[in-house]
Amino acid sequence: MDATTTQAGGSANLETRDMMLNIGPAHPAMHGIIRVVAKLDGEQIEAADVDIGYLHRGFEKMSENVDFNGVMPYTDRLNYVSPLINNVGYCMAVEKLIGLQVPERCHYIRVIVSEISRITDHLTCVGAAAMELGAFTVFLYMIKAREYLWELVEKVTGARLTVSYCRIGGVKADLPDEFAGPCAEAFKETRKVIAEAHSLLTRNRIFVDRMEGTGVISQEDAIAYGITGPFLRSTGSEYDVRKDCPYAVYDQIDFDVAVGSKGDNMDRYLVRMEEMEQSMRIVEAAFEQMPGGPVLVNPETGRPISASEMVDLAKLGDIDAVAGGCAVTGPTLDGAGRDEHSSIATDEKRAFLPPKEDTYGNIEGLMRQFKLVMHGHGVRPPVGEAYFPVEGANGELGFYVVSDGAGYAYRVRVRGPCFAIMTALSKLLVGGSLADMTPTFGSVNMIGGELDR
Amino acid sequence: MNTTDLIDAVKTRFPDAVTASHDFRGDATVILQRHAVLEVAQFLKDEPVLAMNLLVDLSVVDYSTFGEQASRAFFASSGVPLKPSPLIEDEAPWPGPPEGGRFAVVYHFYSTGHKHRLRLVVPVEEGVDDLDSVTTLWPVADWLEREAWDMFGVSFRGHPNLKRILMYEGFEGHPLRKDYPVNKRQPLIGPLN
Amino acid sequence: MSKEPSFFTTRLGDAIGWARKFSIFQYPFVTACCGMEYMATACSHYDVDRFGAGFPRFSPRQADVLFVVGTISHKMAPVLTQIHDQMAEPKWVVAFGVCTCTGGFYDNYATVMGIDTIMPVDVYIPGCPPRPEFVLDGLMKLQDKIQDEHSSGKRPAPEARPDSLEV
Repeated sequence: MDATTTQAGGSANLETRDMMLNIGPAHPAMHGIIRVVAKLDGEQIEAADVDIGYLHRGFEKMSENVDFNGVMPYTDRLNYVSPLINNVGYCMAVEKLIGLQVPERCHYIRVIVSEISRITDHLTCVGAAAMELGAFTVFLYMIKAREYLWELVEKVTGARLTVSYCRIGGVKADLPDEFAGPCAEAFKETRKVIAEAHSLLTRNRIFVDRMEGTGVISQEDAIAYGITGPFLRSTGSEYDVRKDCPYAVYDQIDFDVAVGSKGDNMDRYLVRMEEMEQSMRIVEAAFEQMPGGPVLVNPETGRPISASEMVDLAKLGDIDAVAGGCAVTGPTLDGAGRDEHSSIATDEKRAFLPPKEDTYGNIEGLMRQFKLVMHGHGVRPPVGEAYFPVEGANGELGFYVVSDGAGYAYRVRVRGPCFAIMTALSKLLVGGSLADMTPTFGSVNMIGGELDR
Repeated sequence: MNTTDLIDAVKTRFPDAVTASHDFRGDATVILQRHAVLEVAQFLKDEPVLAMNLLVDLSVVDYSTFGEQASRAFFASSGVPLKPSPLIEDEAPWPGPPEGGRFAVVYHFYSTGHKHRLRLVVPVEEGVDDLDSVTTLWPVADWLEREAWDMFGVSFRGHPNLKRILMYEGFEGHPLRKDYPVNKRQPLIGPLN
Repeated sequence: MSKEPSFFTTRLGDAIGWARKFSIFQYPFVTACCGMEYMATACSHYDVDRFGAGFPRFSPRQADVLFVVGTISHKMAPVLTQIHDQMAEPKWVVAFGVCTCTGGFYDNYATVMGIDTIMPVDVYIPGCPPRPEFVLDGLMKLQDKIQDEHSSGKRPAPEARPDSLEV
């Protein structure tokens, strides 16, 4: 392709060639590892070939080798910025396959933690995108807000990032007693951070110039490429799995779906910022509507003995010391005790572990625990297949589970939302300049764990 | 449209190609012969009452070792299978893996206008090369089919660029097949470990 | 340093070690979930800048510590070794996260079972992902190692990898 012929004083003697630039797997943007081989004409991108698979960790193969609950840690690491949404999605897919119903409070808990995860995902995405455009302060503010939310998640689940909180048939433990208070505090801080980010970015000349009009995709193209989530909503479509195919208790909670119009990077940024606000609104509504807390069953009469001590004494044969005592578990099992059990777990004995007081305290509980945990036993769904979509932070996250009646899944397929978005990446990049690649790639929110699985 | 209407719409239009159908757990599923895939996909996309504009997912299941693991009963000793919870309507149990091939290519479709879903299952044998690609209808199928090729070895006729996507060139075999051992590594550098 | 160390060379060695350990230019080779905890450690809450390591250098030529953060797959391994080779001495490698230490729980066809199979590692920070406090602990161990290396003039030999890692 020749250079312009209107060079001063010369005919078109300049010979030009397109340059192949390898934007390699290890690049500074903290998004993960993909490779884009771009064919450049000066600064214009003529063609872009996207190469993925550098983080392929064999999720689908591993899930055929561990039992159904054992897949939970692997699902955390799919979209690792919003791990609870993956947990919920997988659990609901297997529960659909089995036909289990979980208690309503458990649904509310799942909604609350999913939305908190969604907020952390959008904070990370917008923060990293802003950092790459030079707004480093916004990134620091958003990570600060993310720390508050991670502290909340840690109160509930015990871990900051890789939580493995949900179980087939329920969740691991109930929310801590005073959770609404710290949650409101964290949301206050998050709202402050979002307001600061708005004031720094939304009318910032540099930010707007770089984001507006870049990475444009039309609604028909977006649907043809299978794109869902904030990316699709920025083009004008209103498809949100929470509204159109509601699951858990989303149909009972009132919230709005943020929809853009132009399908460019600026709209995606605005859609994500608005979605964070809506997520906080959902959590606050869920707190109000959530049915009552732990149901107190008849307390067993007897002196409380710590469960481990009880086991040790019984092993030594000291039955007299143990008789008349009731097992009490330690702080790591807070929220999973007998009182809370009926509100966090389905009452199907063949799917969910018993409360630990029963495991240590009576033989039925021990048998139930054994039958679910020991190698060769475990949750055994009926033979069949089920597909369950949830609204991930990037779009429709679907789990397709096939079971042949054994203790291990026969096939678990993850429909990762950013896979579809990445198919469209070359289309988004072509025609723009190399500098437009940064905001576009930032707003794609590519998460390697979800893309390559 | 509810699941029965969806299935009937496809069945009445393509009575020869549809071999079976069911709606286990409320998912409308149609099992199709592979020669009709492109036609049916075109019909699903264009027919206004179906309007399946979103190809949600395209994946493959390898049914070669189905049911060969330990006991099928929920509790082997008691022999009691798990019954669905009474809140879910009573429906027939799953008819079983589709006949006609080792692999089953599973397409999930969704319509953003009508908000309904459909699953298409196409049984395929190993080494078959006349399964049409649907890339012309939905560009996302480009990468989805590449992944199916990479992980299972199912090839698609008419695909513009069928090469490995998640694994590297030089990797031999198709890792998600049931006969590929889970920790058989083929390192490019470093020890086999 | 073949001649006998005198007062001034030991002091100089210590001073250089002190300066090097508090001005770490890291190359964060971020791949996966550990990257989120890396970001958390680097940002204001758990600030790694107070250790002098706050400014990542995104070019291996300008960096002296390679933080390998997150799972390394076999497709990525040649890229990682190429980057490690591009770094100039003195250089150190930190295996951040259990996937880089031993492969984590991804014992399958796609993952490198520990990056010490392909390059020498100085500090292992296990955890999935490690908490930021643990990362800072690992960083401080690295700093001790840097200090020792310059005081003694000898780089400690890497520990032999145990033979039997097959389960």
